[in-house]
Amino acid sequence: MSVNFDQMPDESGHFGPYGGRFVSETLVYALDQLTSLYERLKDDPEFQAQIDYDLAHYVGRPSPLYFAERWTKKIGGAQLYLKREDLNHTGAHKINSAIGQALLAKYTGKKRIIAETGAGQHGVATATVAARLGLECHIFMGEEDIRRQSLNVYRMKLLGAIVVPVTSGSKTLKDALNEALRDWVSNVDDTFYIIGTCCGPHPYPEIVRNFQSVMGREARQQSLVQTGKLPDALVACVGGGSNAIGLFHPFLNDKSVAMYGVEAGGFGVASGKHAAPLNDGVPGVLHGNRTYLMEDENGQIIETHSISAGLDYPGVGPEHSWLKDLGRVNYVTVNDDEAMAAFYTLTQIEGIIPALETSHAIAYAEKLAKTMDSDQTIIINLSGRGDKDILTVAEIDGISL
Amino acid sequence: MNRINKCFESLSQKNKKALISYVVLGDPAKDVTLPVMHALVDSGSDIIEIGVPFSDPTAEGPVIQRAHERALENGSSLDEALILVKKFRETDVNTPVILMGYTNPIERMGYEKFIERMVVSGVDGVLTVDLPPEEAEVFNEQLRASNIENIFLLAPTSSQIRQKKVTNMAGGFVYYVSLNGVTGAANLDVDSVKDHVSSIRALTKLPICVGFGIKDGVTARAVADVSDGVVVGSAIVNKIADLAKLGELDPLIYAETVSVIIKDIRDALDK
Repeated sequence: MSVNFDQMPDESGHFGPYGGRFVSETLVYALDQLTSLYERLKDDPEFQAQIDYDLAHYVGRPSPLYFAERWTKKIGGAQLYLKREDLNHTGAHKINSAIGQALLAKYTGKKRIIAETGAGQHGVATATVAARLGLECHIFMGEEDIRRQSLNVYRMKLLGAIVVPVTSGSKTLKDALNEALRDWVSNVDDTFYIIGTCCGPHPYPEIVRNFQSVMGREARQQSLVQTGKLPDALVACVGGGSNAIGLFHPFLNDKSVAMYGVEAGGFGVASGKHAAPLNDGVPGVLHGNRTYLMEDENGQIIETHSISAGLDYPGVGPEHSWLKDLGRVNYVTVNDDEAMAAFYTLTQIEGIIPALETSHAIAYAEKLAKTMDSDQTIIINLSGRGDKDILTVAEIDGISL
Repeated sequence: MNRINKCFESLSQKNKKALISYVVLGDPAKDVTLPVMHALVDSGSDIIEIGVPFSDPTAEGPVIQRAHERALENGSSLDEALILVKKFRETDVNTPVILMGYTNPIERMGYEKFIERMVVSGVDGVLTVDLPPEEAEVFNEQLRASNIENIFLLAPTSSQIRQKKVTNMAGGFVYYVSLNGVTGAANLDVDSVKDHVSSIRALTKLPICVGFGIKDGVTARAVADVSDGVVVGSAIVNKIADLAKLGELDPLIYAETVSVIIKDIRDALDK
């Protein structure tokens, strides 16, 4: 079967059986509004020019495609290239989509922004664009994540955002999303929801993917210029999956390019303590879309575990579920301890401190590179920098700062 | 004829408004819900709505969220909701029962199996908060074939096109959500409810009941004046939460307490 990946999702927001719009009635109106606004603007040259300007002058794009020469030598095998999203303003890929969604918000005239955040990267990116546009900003964040990511919490507050602690359920990203949805239902007339990943009800998975695809478009061009060919493989970590879909999407029709999405294996998939729905979950409905989920036999969503707050989510973007079923992308796992080891490796060999989320992709790329030839190339999405994780890493090392 | 339709027909003949009472299955303990259901009926409820607990109830305010959490702590599930209704039917064959919940537990059980089991248990209607008409087409047909009503929400934000689409698919009654918000919110605007109900009324013959924000006899009466009935949820669940704080209690204490609220609302509706 030949699939044109550029034409998905379909009109009703489905990727095969996944995606869609599973929301309570109050939100249908806001989602319809957003869909028609986005349909009108997405091919509008003026809108695109504003996005391009902001990405170049505010975010600092294009981000480099960096050949990690020492790391490549150490591992032995394929050549390792890093797409340096850590060099973006605010330190991660999240800003690519936050900039675009904030511009959409500006067109709606809504003055109040809400967002959910796990590791805090999306919260910081949203607080940043809200500050720049002079919009009121509320960030929902699980109490447990607030503890794990205190630096980002303070950054958001400095930027003028109100950080709302979420105490329900597992007190992590999924519960922050629940609370953001509840706030949106209650304030739908004046509030724009900037969602952090390629999840949620239609049209969010499509909007986030399209804004994040700037990474893949750049990487494709950079690869052609710098190596004279397309990469042989792409590797990116997958929580909700926005950095992965943004890198992968522009390559999906390139059959020669293999793709690996790396889920959080936590203490190991066999332990049950992980955040790997594509590897160990079943399809279900959560947060407005149908996708692979971690749930029990009664369909209750179960608590996940990962060392990295940004991957600690029981669902995944619906397009990833579809790409898994099609076999177009391979979804694999990396455990906490492997991610930690990769964190140290990259820091010490390349002088680049990766986020703990990103470290999962680093760790898998090492395994993959060893199985490939030295004339082959892998692009790894260096989705974020690790400064925010320094306290977590120090705690693991038993060091108090 | 489905019990829900019969119930509204009989209410309309008596010129009475419907009182629909909501409790969460297994809140706060598994043995509480059955006596509470009977008490709700005895004190004047026309229809019972059983909230099926879900780990991520995004449409609920804090009161009902906590109820879902209490119920999940004791392992309550969709499976037990079906068992509960079957038990309820052993002594009550007339009162309509609706299951209100979220899509994922149904998806997990399987839509067809869920419907089969509802038929066996004597469930009359289902309201799935996060399953709008666009995602419910097949399910809806299967429900219709089994004589189970699929109840849909309409909100203040629903456009007229939307109202038409939803009422076309809806069965039993239309559940109008009185405000933009989660369950248990306080800002009820009766004039706005009146306008929306009359606009929906022009599109459908189904009865229109109003929920979210009905907390006592006064609010119930005001809303019932402009609609066919009211749904009371958080006000009941709130009382249950207060009792749950006292530790393990005889289920009959829960039953007596909810009766007091329902009698008050029934009196206000019948005045």
